[in-house]
Amino acid sequence: MITGIQEDLTALRVAVTGGTSGLGRALVGGLRARGARVAFVARDAARVDAVARETGAHGIAGDISKKDAIHPVALRITAALGGLDVLVHNASSLGPVPLAPLADTECEAFEEALATNVLGPFRLTKALLGALGASAREGRAALVVHVTSDAAVNAYAGWGAYGASKAALAHMSRIWNEETAPLGIRMVAIDPGDMDTPMHAAAVPGADRSALRRPADAAREIIERIAARVRGTEVTA
Amino acid sequence: MRPAHLPRQRPPEARLLVVDGTGAMRETRREGLIRHLRPGDVLVANDAATLPASLSGVHVRTGARIEVRLAGRRTLDTRRVNEWTAVVFGAGDYRTRTEDRPPPPRLRAGDRLALGPLVATVFGLEGHPRLVTLYVAGTPDDIWRGIAAHGRPIQYAHVRGPLALWDVWTRIAARPVAFEPPAAGFVLDWRLLGALRARGIRFVTLTHAAGISSTGDPALDGRLPLDEPYHVPERTTRVIARTRARGGHVIALGTTVTRALEHAALEDGGLRAGEGLATRRIGPAFELRIVDAVVSGVHEPGESHYELLRAFADAGVLMRMSEALEAGGFRTHEFGDSVMIERRRAESLAKPA
Repeated sequence: MITGIQEDLTALRVAVTGGTSGLGRALVGGLRARGARVAFVARDAARVDAVARETGAHGIAGDISKKDAIHPVALRITAALGGLDVLVHNASSLGPVPLAPLADTECEAFEEALATNVLGPFRLTKALLGALGASAREGRAALVVHVTSDAAVNAYAGWGAYGASKAALAHMSRIWNEETAPLGIRMVAIDPGDMDTPMHAAAVPGADRSALRRPADAAREIIERIAARVRGTEVTA
Repeated sequence: MRPAHLPRQRPPEARLLVVDGTGAMRETRREGLIRHLRPGDVLVANDAATLPASLSGVHVRTGARIEVRLAGRRTLDTRRVNEWTAVVFGAGDYRTRTEDRPPPPRLRAGDRLALGPLVATVFGLEGHPRLVTLYVAGTPDDIWRGIAAHGRPIQYAHVRGPLALWDVWTRIAARPVAFEPPAAGFVLDWRLLGALRARGIRFVTLTHAAGISSTGDPALDGRLPLDEPYHVPERTTRVIARTRARGGHVIALGTTVTRALEHAALEDGGLRAGEGLATRRIGPAFELRIVDAVVSGVHEPGESHYELLRAFADAGVLMRMSEALEAGGFRTHEFGDSVMIERRRAESLAKPA
């Protein structure tokens, strides 16, 4: 664990999806280092157990792209933390791997990207909206972070399933925010930039890794925005 | 009256029978509930999420199939989950009415129950062949993993098809501490919360571990509700105090909200914030201190929920209410129609706007 950083988020209850690798793993570690109580979700039970041991966070093995997994995951998050203040939708699917032009993208691969990147976050937010509403009524953070990508904004050949699903995620985040802000729940979309993660390696196998951002740096920036919300500073999309 | 058999939380045809404080009754669509609240009133709801409290398994000493229904805890703390009160049924499932379910094997202290991934030990016999206290082994995360993977919501013979968690979580479900859904809260959706704000009606919550409503066994049902832990947030006590100081009314969405608020009531008319254990039962002799009106499902005489309604209205009024519900074909149980009962007084609280 990282030490020497101020533990200023000790009262904060945070859930992170996709918490065992890349940005998610860095978020779990970084949030724990700031004292937050963290539950994370990922598919591989062995890796979940390992990260839980390393960080002291609550590990939950589950696949948020599956409808039937959502409520058991929501139950375990609220049981682990006694409620929820911040939900970070970080789990992502590239769609077809290796990346493919849309014309060569199988429908099933597109569906998988939508299930992981759009429907899963929608369902999990919906299942946890009661807990987030309780957080808001108690004057706590009540924040949902959607991790998005510049592929949601710019049209990159080969990134069709991923880019279209991330665009939907980012837009859904804005609509959620319009609807829930009056009730005290904020929703934001954050693009962490191109990072040196297993997902990036799968998408761009030959990339120059030295040119990529370290996930820990991107995580620190997201945690800073969460901390700003906790301090009462407005977070904007 | 007939049970509602479809697990729909907000059927558009749902009805509401309003019984005002003078005993006068009128029927309306439940969608119109908000018109029976006034600007300056406060609506209080129970934000407990419902546990998948039904665990199938085996009574290890005899090998007999059993169903354990988790039914009570002494605390809301989701990190203290080794000890539970439970009702144990013999073989079978929800397709058999609870009244017709066989008893479990004779349970003894020390008996082990294998419940999927969970192992529980009977450590207390509670004076009834079905009622025990259990110790579930493991860390809190182990136990929640087991409950999430193996538990099912408590099912009802009158509801078609097995209920999933999403059927029994209200729109505001937060901490998973209820054993059966706080079903009066099914009326809530986010659109209604917005409409309440727009109309100047405050909305606050508490968390109450709603226990099981019926076991099918008259002797056991006579002991319901069991003691139930609850938590009233500081802000909820403040909003209620301000509402009352300004002459507004406190409307409890459900019997569990009524029980928690009245247990947290202080002699001086104030309200205690924080966690408590509701031990008192509310019935005809109970003097309500906080709640002016309750919105509840349709319950029949003899049910523990119905007993609570007797604190609001005289026996004669409730009898006429039951007759009206019967004559009107109102639907009972969790997914059924609703009643709103104002505390007895000389004049009605509100006229529809």
